Amino acid sequence: MSEALNVLSGLCLVAGSFFSLVGAFGLIRMPDFYTRMHAASVTDTLGAGLILLGLMLQAGLTLVTVKLIMVGLLIFVASPTASHALARAALLRGVSPRLADQGEPSSKP
Amino acid sequence: MYVPFLVTAGVGSAIAITLLARRMDVIDREGHPSRMAWFAIVSYWPWLIKEIILSAWTVTKLILHPRLPISPTLIEFVPTQKTDLGLVVHANSITLTPGTIAIEVEPGRMLVHALTRDGAGGLQNSEMDRRCSDLEARQP
Repeated sequence: MSEALNVLSGLCLVAGSFFSLVGAFGLIRMPDFYTRMHAASVTDTLGAGLILLGLMLQAGLTLVTVKLIMVGLLIFVASPTASHALARAALLRGVSPRLADQGEPSSKP
Repeated sequence: MYVPFLVTAGVGSAIAITLLARRMDVIDREGHPSRMAWFAIVSYWPWLIKEIILSAWTVTKLILHPRLPISPTLIEFVPTQKTDLGLVVHANSITLTPGTIAIEVEPGRMLVHALTRDGAGGLQNSEMDRRCSDLEARQP
């Protein structure tokens, strides 16, 4: 494998790891349930996507790359569906979001 | 590993199942992406990936900002899609882009939680809405 491809793949892997870490950091830093989900979706999309891309560049044109593409497609369909189900379940069970327009909620959620 | 017998058997059973499903009339509208506009799909994927990267970068900057300048907002708006499939694609695209989560979806109404007021404001009559309606353009 050529050196340029190796460097490009390394850059993708490092960038993907960075966005995964940012997502984890946001998950801890955000104030409530729903905003935490927004932080997690950075890991889901850009973090996972860049890591998969980096691995595909490592694997080249092989069956492994085909499998990685399938993993990517699965993530891109399944993760928003899971996020939607989670957010909807939370709202239906009465987890009220902390909204900017109504200021601080009077009672703790 | 991929001996001709296995491949032929696989193709054969796939065709048999398809014919059986047709005969039993169990192919529903949602399992039928062939009813979508193919050209719109091909241009939709790269556009969606671009949107995901842009909004993921926006959310990344928000997370790393020292003062955490978020303004969480619940917003209801009217999507223009006519079919269930178009609505699903629109709602999943909204949830897939970091910073917005579709919470309730039904024809003519969508409830979205957005991380910032700006993100919530751009949902009604958005380009995503227009593109998702283009996807279902070829309805019978």
